[in-house]
Order: sequence, then structure tokens, then C-alpha cells
Amino acid sequence: MKCAPFDYVRAASVDEAVTTLSQADGDGKILAGGQSLVPVLALRMARPSVLVDVNRIPGLAGVTPEGDAVRVGALTRHSALVEQTHHPLLADAARWIGHTAIRARGTAGGSIAHADPSAELPVVAVGTGATVTVAGPGGTRQLAAEDLFVGALMTDLAEDEMLTEVRFPLPTRWGFAEFARRHGDFALVMAVAAEVEGTVRVALGGIGAVPVRAEAAERVLAGGGSLREAAAAAAEQLTPTADLHGSAEFRRAIAAEMIRRALTRAGLS
Amino acid sequence: MDITFSVNGERVHLDVEPRHTLADALREECGLTGTHLGCEHGVCGACTVLVDGQPARACLMFAVQADGATVTTVEGLAGEDGELHPLQEAFVAHHGLQCGFCTPGMLISALHLLETDPEPDRETIRTEMSGNICRCTGYSGIVDAVEAAAGVLREPGPAS
Ligand SMILES: Cc1cc2nc3c(=O)[nH]c(=O)nc-3n(C[C@H](O)[C@H](O)[C@H](O)COP(=O)(O)OP(=O)(O)OC[C@H]3O[C@@H](n4cnc5c(N)ncnc54)[C@H](O)[C@@H]3O)c2cc1C
Ligand code: FES
Ligand code: FES
Repeated sequence: MKCAPFDYVRAASVDEAVTTLSQADGDGKILAGGQSLVPVLALRMARPSVLVDVNRIPGLAGVTPEGDAVRVGALTRHSALVEQTHHPLLADAARWIGHTAIRARGTAGGSIAHADPSAELPVVAVGTGATVTVAGPGGTRQLAAEDLFVGALMTDLAEDEMLTEVRFPLPTRWGFAEFARRHGDFALVMAVAAEVEGTVRVALGGIGAVPVRAEAAERVLAGGGSLREAAAAAAEQLTPTADLHGSAEFRRAIAAEMIRRALTRAGLS
Repeated sequence: MDITFSVNGERVHLDVEPRHTLADALREECGLTGTHLGCEHGVCGACTVLVDGQPARACLMFAVQADGATVTTVEGLAGEDGELHPLQEAFVAHHGLQCGFCTPGMLISALHLLETDPEPDRETIRTEMSGNICRCTGYSGIVDAVEAAAGVLREPGPAS
């Protein structure tokens, strides 16, 4: 199918993008890599009247180390995340996103703003305790990734706000594990384990509408419990959604195994 | 909207509607129907082209976004005289195609793969080509062809 007609604005700055969105009065959309938005438009699941192309705004792409964290510009392509060496967990996770042609265009900001429950980067964001920077008509604000995701494909971003940067803390130990039917498919379940400032955080994706912290597992680990005990405790706490890709029981079992693998890869055994 | 870009070495000026994808512009405005449209929402890979050297789904990019870019389509593979590219020769020789619908996307993905990794093993070929769906061949012939073409392209031949 073809997209419905829209006005196309190529923004030269974040200010211009935000102003254009404000003027569109809720009927505008940012166009970043287009790897999620264009399918939605082609299937006519959305028909915004204005698309604001942010691809040519200078200074929005790149991975910059800063103290115990890295700053990732919203326009950083998935392929650049795979190639960079400052944040190995991000590189590990980005390798799992789609296929080469998807990674060449899809962006970090787009993936996080799109908030697909089975996407990799939102889980890394929650797993490491990332902070996002958001620009709006009234200036910029920052919020924790955990407060950004409010539902499947839903975030706290207002219609005239643009995500400009994500700050991912650099874990001292980390592990990423994913189960997908085929390479390049969205994950059925994935787990991130990250030791940040001496505390082990565990996050899961594909389990519910938003990435979730496996708090039971974190508590077991903090109390000196074993990896297996942590994974088992997490599984018990979960109430995964069932769909045609897997029953709740299956997802719970896979989640426990992915947590065990992520923790093992993090060297936390 | 007026745009200018280069396709297979030729400069093109077009006046396109913003909602027209790069695939639409290539097929309908430039007459380059080698770029196939299977799903039109990013999953099949038939429309894969190179944009500034990087693989892209031509169905997920609007033509207006290609303004100023350098695009390579399957038509850009063969030589001026019609001589097939070693990848195309290998697809013929190793049964890398049956109906040919997926082939343009397969060739472009393979071209990019061999530009970034001249000596991929079979597992790498399978992984890197996983974004291209083929309903006919069962993929073995495609993997054989890419492997064979990699060998040919590595040979020190006469400079072309
Ligand atoms: C075949 C296929 C397989 C895929 N597989 C995976 C996968 O396995 N894992 C995965 O995570 N993803 C996958 N994707 C999606 C891909 O990662 C997308 O790149 C990503 O979800 C969206 O990023 P984008 O830059 O393409 O955003 P776009 O498609 O341009 O935009 C997506 C949404 O976010 C909004 N948006 C974009 N940028 C911003 C911003 N800076 N501020 C505010 N809002 C913004 C847009 O308005 C839109 O609503 C796949 C896509 C395809 C086509
Ligand atoms: S037509 Fe573009 S990916 Fe299928
Ligand atoms: S040869 Fe027919 S789809 Fe691949």
C-alpha cells in the first residue's frame, strides 16, 4: 500500500522541528530512520498531515563518552551503535536489531521513541538506568527511561516534543541475551544484566507492554543468592502476555533462561 | 518537490510528491523497474538499493529524502557493454534464482556484504542476507552464489 498524502518539512534544527510539530497541532510526526514509521504509514495505521524529517539536523548523531556514561545522539544509526566500542553492551544489543539494511537507517532515538515492547534499545535503557533528553516548545527536560515508557508504543513524550539524546550509564559488568525465532526477528524475550555503581540491575523485554525490571532477581542477587535462584525468583514474579508466538508458560521459562544467560555473560556467577 | 540525485552514475532531476517512496521514483519516474516491490513495508528486502553506499529499503525511504544522494540499483551492476557482474554470473551458475523476484534485492545485499567483508563464511552470508526473503530457491543456491562470487572478486584480475 501507499502512504496517504502529507506535507514534508525538512527541519534544519531541533527548534524548527519542535516549532513545526507545535504548529501541526497534534497531527505532525517526526521522520527519523523511517524503519517503523513508514510501514505504519504504508499500512495506513496512521495518516499524519505533516512529517518533520530530522535526518539533516546537524550534531544529532554520535556516541560520546562522558564520565561513567555515554551520550548517544537521537540520530545515531543502529549500525553505528554496533561499530562503536565505548559502550559494549549497546553494541551487543544493537547487533540483534533487524537486518543490515534496517540497522543502516534506523536510529537510536527512533527506536526509543517508538517504544516497541520487543525492541532492544528500550530494554538496554531501562536495564542501565538511562536518562533521555527531550526538547519541546518550552525548552528541554530530562527524564529517566523507566518513566518514559508508559505502554506498548506509548511514551511520556508530548506530540510537540522531540527526543534529542540518551545518556546510557556504562556498566562495570554486563550481559545481553535474546531469544528470537529467526535472526533479525523481533525478540520473543530478551534480558539485560548490568552492574551500575555497584548494583546489579536486570531488565526484560518482550514480557509485557514496556521493558520491566526483574526486581525479584535483583533482590536475590543483592542478598548473595545464586544465578539460578535469581532467575527462578524472576520467573515466579512474571505474568507474561500470551500470543500466537508463545504461551505465558513458555515465555516465563524462556525469560528465566535469558536472565541466567545474561547474568552468566556478565560474569556474575 | 524538486529533487536531484544520482542513480547508477547518472544525475536525475525529478518533481515528486512527498509521499512517493524512493522505490516509486526509481520505478515510475526513472524507468528502473529492476528494483522490485514485494511487501512495501520493509520485511521482504526485494526493494533493497544502496544509498550513499549503505543498503536501504527503497520502500521505507521517501524520494524527497534522497535529494543529493548517490543511489545504486541492480541496473548499476552490469558493465556498460552489458557484461554481467561476477555476482550476477554466480547467481546464474549456482541456481541463485528461479522466478527472479527477490534477485535484485539479493544482489544489492550481497554486493554490500562483499564490499564490507570480502571473505565471508557461509554462516555470515546467511546472517547478512537474512533480511531478504526468497520464496523459490530454498536459499542454498543463493549462499553458494555469494560464496563463489566472493572467490572470483578476490582473485587479482586485470584492472577493469
Ligand atoms: C524488517 C524490520 C525488522 C526490524 N527488526 C527490529 C528488531 O529486531 N528490533 C528493533 O528494536 N527494531 C526493529 N525494527 C525497527 C527499527 O529498529 C526502527 O529503526 C526503530 O524502531 C525506529 O527507528 P527509526 O529511526 O527508524 O524511527 P522512525 O520509523 O522514523 O520513527 C518511529 C517513531 O518514533 C518517532 N520518532 C522518531 N525519532 C524521534 C525523536 N528523535 N523524537 C521523538 N519521536 C521520534 C516517529 O515520529 C515515529 O512515531 C525493524 C524494522 C523492520 C522494517
Ligand atoms: S518491498 Fe521493500 S522490503 Fe518489501
Ligand atoms: S527466486 Fe523467486 S523469490 Fe527468490
